[in-house]
Amino acid sequence: MIRFDNVAKRYPTGREGLAGVSLQVEPGELVFITGHSGAGKSTLLKLIGLLERATRGQVWVNERNLNRLKARDVPYHRREVGMIFQDHRLLADRTVFDNVALPLVVAGMGHQEIQRRVRAALDKVGLLGKERSQPITLSGGEQQRVGIARALVSKPPVLLADEPTGNLDPELSREIMELFLQFNQVGVTMLIATHDVDLIQGFGKRIVQLREGRILHDSGAAA
Amino acid sequence: MKRDTQPGGFRRHHNPLTWLAWHAQNALASLGRLARQPLATLMTTAVIGIAIALPSGLYLLVDNVRELTGNWDGGSSISLFLTDDIDDRKAAVVRDTLARRSDVGEARLITRAQALEEFRRRTGFGEALDLLDRNPLPAVILIRPATFASSAADTERLAKELEQYREIALVRVDLQWVRRLEAITQALERGILVLAGLLSTAVLLIVGNTVRLEIQNRHHEIEVVKLVGGTDAFIRRPFLYEGLWYGLLGALIALLLVTLGLGLMQGPVQRLAGLYASDFQLDLLTSGTFLSVLAGGPLLGLTGAWLAVGRHLARIQPE
Repeated sequence: MIRFDNVAKRYPTGREGLAGVSLQVEPGELVFITGHSGAGKSTLLKLIGLLERATRGQVWVNERNLNRLKARDVPYHRREVGMIFQDHRLLADRTVFDNVALPLVVAGMGHQEIQRRVRAALDKVGLLGKERSQPITLSGGEQQRVGIARALVSKPPVLLADEPTGNLDPELSREIMELFLQFNQVGVTMLIATHDVDLIQGFGKRIVQLREGRILHDSGAAA
Repeated sequence: MKRDTQPGGFRRHHNPLTWLAWHAQNALASLGRLARQPLATLMTTAVIGIAIALPSGLYLLVDNVRELTGNWDGGSSISLFLTDDIDDRKAAVVRDTLARRSDVGEARLITRAQALEEFRRRTGFGEALDLLDRNPLPAVILIRPATFASSAADTERLAKELEQYREIALVRVDLQWVRRLEAITQALERGILVLAGLLSTAVLLIVGNTVRLEIQNRHHEIEVVKLVGGTDAFIRRPFLYEGLWYGLLGALIALLLVTLGLGLMQGPVQRLAGLYASDFQLDLLTSGTFLSVLAGGPLLGLTGAWLAVGRHLARIQPE
């Protein structure tokens, strides 16, 4: 599903995000990416979502070589990759419903289908009663759930989460992670970047540890 | 996992109905956004309206002047003073000959007796004329060129030809003012063209700047939309509609201003025309001007928005 071939990313500032990473993620796999801040976790996810482009090596997602993807195709690629951020990136002036509906609206989906899917997504994250609320009136955990609902509402084959529990207390973090495990059970390929090693240890999922832009340890590298 | 696309390719064509619905929705949403800040919208559209109204109004005024010169008895006239030896009968023959020319629209004979009578009536020198033993005034034929030959140049050519007639002592062309008026009208038209060009640029800049500010205000929203797979066309559309609405509202304000302005001038112009014994009236908006303002305004707005959007949207990328 996702393949990195000796990928490096150097930012215009000179900072090295990734320094040669090869990685293969099978369809339906859930992989935790860990490491200290600056180890390259975010860069790795950004390359998959095409928020950045690799300076060396090749990134394949969904049998598509991202290096060769034209700028005008980037939006269509992003529709197949749901992204979840630590800071949620919600629109403060729109309701929870409108925030979650956004990926469907940009994809040109019909009104009724949007209604149905947004409700289903909000139901999955346990926020069905909050459709008309403004994000700002919700707690941090609830806002993160809205962000998650938005990422999965269009049923993308790939879901990325960059420090999704960064601002949450341990209990809420655990709830969010268990939510992700549920999605993974229905076949979504997931990459979750987190520095919270204690939290993910017990899940029995593959863990890729990065350090200074390289893979330090991979608990379950595909052969 | 069910997918809408094949590996390597993307599905990008939409149902035309969905596409139309998007546009309608975008148009309404943009209008709604303008309506939510009525004061700011009114100020922007008023500036656009004034910028469009100025050249349009001036153009209509010049158009009226041109109409006026065109209607002024064919624009020019020629007075032919006949020689002394021509009596009324011969004069009538000359008149008939001239009237048969195709480039002559009308030829009117004023006999010596009629000329004397008119002079007496108009000047009050009747007693002085009585002292003279004979009528000193020549017979006059007034020529109005045919409509197709009424321009200054045509009239002059006709006058040259009429000078060849033996019966005609003097040809006087009343042309100078027509020429001047023509020249003034042309100069004014050129000036208005320059003004229209400048003010159109101003409209482009106003709309462009307004849209640029709007893009900056919605920076975060644009980032998020790009993040969830919004295409450039999708992001561009509301801003383009915004420009379109600014242009259209500006055009409507311009039409209102022009109608009001010309309406206010109607009274004084009629009084002025009355002094010249004319029933001239200012033509208000012609359908041609109406339509070009109504089409030109939105077009300018759209172009202004397009320029701003093209420059500023590409710079906003999610991180």
